[in-house]
Amino acid sequence: MSKYTEEELKVELENKEYEYGFYTDIESDTFPNGLNEDIIRALSAKKEEPEWMTEWRLEAFRAWKEMAEPEWANVHYEKPDFQAISYYSAPMKKPKYDSLDEVDPELLDTFKKLGISVDEQKRLAGVAVDIVMDSVSVTTTFKKTLAEKGIIFCSISEAIKEHPELVKKYLGTVVPQKDNFYAALNSAVFSDGSFCYIPKGVRCPMELSTYFRINQAGTGQFERTLVVADEGSYVSYLEGCTAPSRDENQLHAAVVELIALDDAEIKYSTVQNWFPGNKEGKGGVYNFVTKRGLCEKNAKISWTQVETGSAVTWKYPSCVLKGDNSVGEFYSIAVTNNFQQADTGTKMIHLGKNTKSTIISKGISAGKSQNSYRGLVQVNSRAENARNFSQCDSLLMGNECGAHTFPYIESKNASAKIEHEATTSKIGEDQVFYCNQRGIPTEKAIALIVNGFSKEVLNKLPMEFAVEAQKLLEISLEGSVG
Amino acid sequence: MDLKEKLLSSFMAFEERVDNVDSDLHNMRTESIKNFENKGFPTKKEEAWKYTSLNSVLKNDFSVFPKSDSALHYADVKKYFLHDIDTYKLVFIDGVFSSYLSSTTHDGVDVCLMSSALTKPKYKEIIDTYFNKIANTEESLTSLNTAFAVEGAFINIPNNKVADKPIEIMYLSTGNEAALMVQPRNLVIVGRNAQVQIIERHQSLNSNPVLTNSVTEIYAHERAMADYYKIQNDVPTANLIDNTYIKQEKDSIASVHTFSFGGNITRNNLNFSQNGEHIESILKGITIITDKQHVDHYTQVRHIEPNCTSHQNYKGIYNEKSTGVFNGKIYVEKEAQKTDAFQQNNNILLSDKATINAKPQLEIFADDVKCSHGCTIGQLDESAMFYMQSRGIPKKEAKALLMYAFSDEVIDSIKIPQLKHRITKLIASKLGVNIGFNL
Repeated sequence: MSKYTEEELKVELENKEYEYGFYTDIESDTFPNGLNEDIIRALSAKKEEPEWMTEWRLEAFRAWKEMAEPEWANVHYEKPDFQAISYYSAPMKKPKYDSLDEVDPELLDTFKKLGISVDEQKRLAGVAVDIVMDSVSVTTTFKKTLAEKGIIFCSISEAIKEHPELVKKYLGTVVPQKDNFYAALNSAVFSDGSFCYIPKGVRCPMELSTYFRINQAGTGQFERTLVVADEGSYVSYLEGCTAPSRDENQLHAAVVELIALDDAEIKYSTVQNWFPGNKEGKGGVYNFVTKRGLCEKNAKISWTQVETGSAVTWKYPSCVLKGDNSVGEFYSIAVTNNFQQADTGTKMIHLGKNTKSTIISKGISAGKSQNSYRGLVQVNSRAENARNFSQCDSLLMGNECGAHTFPYIESKNASAKIEHEATTSKIGEDQVFYCNQRGIPTEKAIALIVNGFSKEVLNKLPMEFAVEAQKLLEISLEGSVG
Repeated sequence: MDLKEKLLSSFMAFEERVDNVDSDLHNMRTESIKNFENKGFPTKKEEAWKYTSLNSVLKNDFSVFPKSDSALHYADVKKYFLHDIDTYKLVFIDGVFSSYLSSTTHDGVDVCLMSSALTKPKYKEIIDTYFNKIANTEESLTSLNTAFAVEGAFINIPNNKVADKPIEIMYLSTGNEAALMVQPRNLVIVGRNAQVQIIERHQSLNSNPVLTNSVTEIYAHERAMADYYKIQNDVPTANLIDNTYIKQEKDSIASVHTFSFGGNITRNNLNFSQNGEHIESILKGITIITDKQHVDHYTQVRHIEPNCTSHQNYKGIYNEKSTGVFNGKIYVEKEAQKTDAFQQNNNILLSDKATINAKPQLEIFADDVKCSHGCTIGQLDESAMFYMQSRGIPKKEAKALLMYAFSDEVIDSIKIPQLKHRITKLIASKLGVNIGFNL
């Protein structure tokens, strides 16, 4: 174990490659590879799920079998073999802990390397971390504080057992089982994830956060997140990811559903830094995610994402602005280097009157990577006075990468105002020269300029994340200057 | 029998009717019809046709060959021509050339017929070099046109020549057939340092349905200047699929202006390919439609070499139940450094039943480029309306003035004054006002 880390460290120093590439040796309870109805039943039984949940999964599985893998995205990759994946892997030592001292020290060590430091955060930042390590929630902190306010924040499997009425009411309402290929797959086999419910009129006192990791070799990670903000409530939710360096392509097909009832507000921030594959484009995570939020009257959903990892990213956090006066926001930075491919963007569906949406997307491509923005702004005929502003900026470094923009704009209402702007440029030589002149080395200058370029989005991140994200940007682009 | 089958079965008869037995052309036709047979008419399932469905049009029982030559009096169709200046004219009635209404030339420049270019030996070399060389042979509708291509405009401006008059290409449909499908094919070659201005118009004379599937290939050689104007102000039963392919060489300038004011379904596939440095491509359009009309602009600009520019500006005003589509694509290839590509699409929706679908796309592989696109959908400025109304300008006129101002950027770049005047008048009539906009 320690030897591996040393090796990794050496590689890191030499090539400035993936920083968080290490592997934690925790004995896993893993299912045989393959997917069929029996596996789903077994998975459901293992998780002690009620009958309705098993049926729900099977229904999704049957739909999935009929579906074809989507081809339209501007990414090229080797199709994963869904029968070669194990659909369940959970850490063996499963007892629930009340304090961090009881947690497997090796696990804690992992988090230290990630720089999360659960206890540190617990004390200082006031963040409750629901750590999801290979699909099963290991520890939940601050649960008691939250419980006092009536806030439910737990793993989704726990929620299925303890709050079936809530899960049953909301699960699959925003992203139906049959929504798309990967959403159907996720619905059938999701192993765990987070559930969050904020009761009426409650303002969540702290930032809720989870860290996802993919650990077992060849284990697909199928996270399911459901956040429900009841009338007049507010919650800020953070999600961050890192994964160990592995040669085999790993699949991640998550589904995130947000429901903001009347006057509620949800802020959902993501920092994604999965293993992007090595410099030759070998390995790396496939990230096929369905994220969608539903806004009722006067509600607001804000997505912020920093995407630096994954070999292939395919992700469109969306807002359905159903209620009148609801607001949707999307702030994104997507960085691709080496052989990474990202096809990401958002959908804003305006259904209600006076709905507003803002899209700010920054794409940075370096090396031989391909970075695409794909977005949809749709204004339906009932959406009087709908308003949208979109801005997509791309920054290119080197002439072997590509930046693409595919915005779809559809309006059926005469009172709607839609603006879309996109620019593509490179880092100005004069800007770099100016920095050099003042003693800032080129590498630092680039980081500075990129930071400025992405500032609009970085500003939207919660404090704790903003610092981490800034660092990530630097790491991701290291060695791309030349 | 549906239209596809009808076309396929009439292909044999068509081949027999065309008296040239040139094997190259024959092979080209056979290949093209095969491609069309495989692909058929495009459907909404294809990304390029996501927002435009031809189904309602294809239901008509189009006759593929017009029965007889129809004669027309110039007085009846005079209003469709740019009659206040002298022009070369190529007039086709139901797809058949009308020598009576046309004025062609071989004096210095060739302004004549595709049919003679395809059959006469003296043009063989030109046809071999240029015909069907830039048209997308994979695209099913272009293939269909190639398979049935017999007639259209053939314009050849040799090196260092300037066409002394604008050239008008007019396709008239008499409506003598209950429903007619025509497939004109145009070829324009502009030599080195040569210049030409061309105006193309499709016009039906009554309300029998027409489907035009037209293909135009334009070659602009070094330092050539080519201006192409398309006037699409047809009756509500006329459908037009226009496929235009332009290939530009070093230092050339080519512009295409599309004025879409009428018709039922209009689809403009406009493709620019730049094959040298310092090329300028200009794509502009104004769309003003109402009722159930549908206009789809599909543009592609391919930047291959460094130091080129492209400029796109499309304005749309949509009333009633009309639908507008703008799908613009800019490719910048790896070698095309210092490209300056600009794309703008502004739209005004005047009715809640109107729809606009826009998809401005950029695909960029070079880093030292300046590429931007902008797309807006909005309404007329209320304070500007109020300002004018408070100064005694009636609402309708005030509205028209604002809309005229909105499209002025495009009108302004028309190089033929008489045409500019004509377009201005057309816009006024489309907006239902009687003002000259020369305030």
